[in-house]
Amino acid sequence: MTTVAAHPVLGRSLDLHPQVALRPEPFGALAYHYDTRRLVFLKHPDVVRVVRELGNHDTVADTLTACDIAPVRHDAFASAISSLLDSEMLRDRTG
Amino acid sequence: MTALVEQLKGGLDAPICLTWELTYACNLECVHCLSSSGRRDPRELTTDEAKAVLDELHALQVFYINIGGGEPMIRRDFFELVEYSIGRGIGVKFSTNGAFIDAAKAKRLTDLDYLDIQISLDGTDAVTNDAVRGDGSYATAIRAMEHLRDAGFVERNGPFKISVVVTRHNVDQLDEFKALADSFGAQLRITRLRPSGRGADAWHDLHPTNAQQRQIYEWLLAHGEQVLTGDSFFHLNALGEENLPGLNLCGAGRVVCLIDPIGDVYACPFVIHDEFKAGNVRDAGGFARIWKQSELFTELRQPQSAGACASCGSYDACQGGCMAAKFFTGLPLDGPDPECVGGEGELALAGVASGAAPRPMADHSKPPRPVAVSLGRR
Ligand code: SF4
Ligand code: SF4
Repeated sequence: MTTVAAHPVLGRSLDLHPQVALRPEPFGALAYHYDTRRLVFLKHPDVVRVVRELGNHDTVADTLTACDIAPVRHDAFASAISSLLDSEMLRDRTG
Repeated sequence: MTALVEQLKGGLDAPICLTWELTYACNLECVHCLSSSGRRDPRELTTDEAKAVLDELHALQVFYINIGGGEPMIRRDFFELVEYSIGRGIGVKFSTNGAFIDAAKAKRLTDLDYLDIQISLDGTDAVTNDAVRGDGSYATAIRAMEHLRDAGFVERNGPFKISVVVTRHNVDQLDEFKALADSFGAQLRITRLRPSGRGADAWHDLHPTNAQQRQIYEWLLAHGEQVLTGDSFFHLNALGEENLPGLNLCGAGRVVCLIDPIGDVYACPFVIHDEFKAGNVRDAGGFARIWKQSELFTELRQPQSAGACASCGSYDACQGGCMAAKFFTGLPLDGPDPECVGGEGELALAGVASGAAPRPMADHSKPPRPVAVSLGRR
């Protein structure tokens, strides 16, 4: 088994962007950003749970643990979260 | 992606792409108007009724609505409704021919948050545009864009859109449309011509040729994400290995619907016909009941048969195309699109007897102008 370096996003403190609304859907949720007018599909209910919880924990890794996401899935979640960060659905929490 | 498309076919808890036509009244008479607009309908929703619908959409968590018409700015309560919608957290995109955007209105529009504007234009010169949209309509649209530019709309709200219906006559102008949009800091949006409304009659002469369809596909592949399409060209995906960006499915009644000016709810803005009418927002249970429980929408969310397309290797890429295009050209809904890039549509069209295709309904066209007769004085 090879050890892969932990995804850098796991150590960051993130939050849902204040201009983003989440709407529950059968497959997970829709996220809509009122400023960029971008619509993103969150394709798994676990991703939705994690995204909603990000603001309540120090780091992404802490959030994943708190949401009972198995460690083997952390990297997959980290890349989903990075792409949400790229599309400004999430943002860094400052202070 | 495919898994998501399968999910979306089963429908969403609320529409993503809801078009609301506020009025059938229009100052223009475009030959391809999808809603056969012209004259106001006396049964149009009142301001209070419209606000009640917005309250419902708010409760459903609809993120934004696409307002159209007719010409929506003709309604005296246009700003009142737009402001009410935005106040309820429902963003607004609206389509206009620009006739009512003067300097003062441009300023007022610029000051609104969560507002996006689409100015319709179907040619990069007056001759091409006005042939479809009417005399003077090119100059009107350009003037509206200039007012928006002068009001600083783009700086404050981001690019407005120039919205083009691609026809046989403007397909060679795609680069020029793009340059025009760029010159205003605007974004280009191109959509597919469907045989809906008055477009049912204009379609045969205006829809792109087979060679032009390839041209559109290649142009879209080259310009990808910079150009919006309302995901309307997915039937072209059968042309190649690479899919165009966007959702590859007919969203009618699943993610898309129309509320027309009198409150009738249709599966999509391009199917104004009783067969695709799911109810009226004035009925008990309102819009939410129609979206969630109407017989029509429930049926559209069932797996659809591929029919004659089942044996085609491109079905996954093209999904058999657009339901509205098939319906109003008299083709079966579970078969090829009339513009099937494999040529199947053309063959099928040859078998449709003239006059056999269903006619669009809710025609609000203005009466034909009386022919000027000069009564010589004797
Ligand atoms: S036959 Fe049907 S699936 Fe195949 S390209 Fe034509 S419309 Fe698309
Ligand atoms: S009927 Fe045509 S225009 Fe309407 S949602 Fe389906 S593909 Fe789109």
